[in-house]
Amino acid sequence: MSEAVALVVLGGCLLAAIARWRWAPDWAVAAVGALLLVALGVLSASGARAAIKQLGPTVGFLAALLVLADGCRRAGMFDALGAFMAAGSRGRPDRLLAMVFLVAAGTTAVLSLDATIVLLTPIVFATAARLQTNPRPHVYACSHLANSASLLLPVSNLTNLLAFHASGLSFTRFSVLMALPWFAALLIEWLILRASFAGDLQRSALRAARVMDQPELPWFALGVVALTLAGFVLSSPLGIAPVWIAAGGAAVLALRVRPRPVDVVRAAEPTFLVFVLGLGVVVQGASQHGLSSAVDALLPHSTTLLALLAVAGISAVVANLLNNLPATLIIVPVVAASGPGAVLAMLVGVNVGPNLTYVGSLATLLWRRIVHAHDHETDVGEFTRLGLRTVPPILVVSTLALWLALQVV
Amino acid sequence: MRAVIWIAEGTWEGCVDRAGAMLTESAEVTLVHVSPTDVEELAAHGGARLLGRHPPPPPGPPLRAIAEEEAHALLEAARARLGRPADVVARRGKIEREVLDVCADADLLILARDGELRLGPKSLGPRSRFVLDHAPCQVLLVWPDPPPGIDSIKLPPHLR
Repeated sequence: MSEAVALVVLGGCLLAAIARWRWAPDWAVAAVGALLLVALGVLSASGARAAIKQLGPTVGFLAALLVLADGCRRAGMFDALGAFMAAGSRGRPDRLLAMVFLVAAGTTAVLSLDATIVLLTPIVFATAARLQTNPRPHVYACSHLANSASLLLPVSNLTNLLAFHASGLSFTRFSVLMALPWFAALLIEWLILRASFAGDLQRSALRAARVMDQPELPWFALGVVALTLAGFVLSSPLGIAPVWIAAGGAAVLALRVRPRPVDVVRAAEPTFLVFVLGLGVVVQGASQHGLSSAVDALLPHSTTLLALLAVAGISAVVANLLNNLPATLIIVPVVAASGPGAVLAMLVGVNVGPNLTYVGSLATLLWRRIVHAHDHETDVGEFTRLGLRTVPPILVVSTLALWLALQVV
Repeated sequence: MRAVIWIAEGTWEGCVDRAGAMLTESAEVTLVHVSPTDVEELAAHGGARLLGRHPPPPPGPPLRAIAEEEAHALLEAARARLGRPADVVARRGKIEREVLDVCADADLLILARDGELRLGPKSLGPRSRFVLDHAPCQVLLVWPDPPPGIDSIKLPPHLR
């Protein structure tokens, strides 16, 4: 009975997040669901407290990163990046794509996939439009790199943050192990995007004569981001939790750009934080009642190359069935028992897998297809074909690169 | 005769030049450009891909306004380059469908090869291929740049 209740509540949370009903916001459903599991005795109050205590630092970390990215936007960093990409293209679409790769990979790694999707992708569209070139290759590249370039650092993706604590790795060791898989993913994306859009990219002459506004580079914000990154690297030897480094960086930048307090709170997206905490508690409840053992039976328990490939593949499938956030919450506790290698292989799966569809998961796509069956505006075919071409090779090659890194480092 | 010229980024200049050289004086010309709403949607509302996130739209002009402004600039530049009276039509939506829709009562569609710069099927992108295959009128397909030489044909190994 408890098992069924936990799974129904988990399903309700996911459905609310995918459907985005106005009358039942996902964060409220997750919070009420978590309380319901405790009230019904499915999850003990101490179990819920333990889940919240475990997720607390990660959610705080997430909030600090969101505020840091918002501070960068307020300091004009993304507009400056747009001008930087336009100038670096030197009037050629293929160079513009290379600039988009450089900027999107860097933004994703340092400021997380959220910053790339929410703040950088619109700038990439605007830059391509202003240069009068087809925006499709550049927007698709940015959109893809938000996921596949989020392998590098623990701060690059919320899934990484969730797995980081469970992996027991230091910030530096995590990043060193993931450097090769990250680079492999970028290389494959580059080769396949170049080939897929060869026609558009061979065309000469962007509107180079167009005078792009050259905003002054926001050196202060860039400096804060660089120092924050250095702080992350030094956090383990100094024995400081990385969350404080991120909070420090966000605070220094906020002191400089002086947003209104209400804007800082808004930038941290409190409803999202509540959703993550609520979902974490609900998954904990479901895990205690059979979900964990079911996942455990599905996954291999070693770190041989084949086992890592299986973990990455299964994680990519689960991320597409449920979305990558719940997939990570469910799989992390199980793979953590097999050691950090398995945790990182899971991250390859849940981070790269969502590129299969333009909405982040097959579950979301299916829902939209059912509800908006009449809506022909969205052209999902090309994005999906690109995903089918890039995701499988990246899963294989990046996992292979991870296995190599685990042998050497 | 009513002629439609499909104006697309990257190929429009060559397309307009070839069309201008080939059209008769009496032809009524319409220039059409389509902004793909799916790319704009992906760029503007990417936050919807992130489970549980509801980010506010970033400040600044909405992407739709930028796309419309640039489409009009492109069409005006094309009209000036053509150097003769022409109607301009800026559409939004699925590119190939909108172009075909504008061609519904036209006699001739002029479009450019927008694929790879070598002879062969890949010299047409997926959208121009669709338009070519479904056009409800005569079609003039031009190379926007000087056509590649015959030696750019990729032959199977036994014929090389």
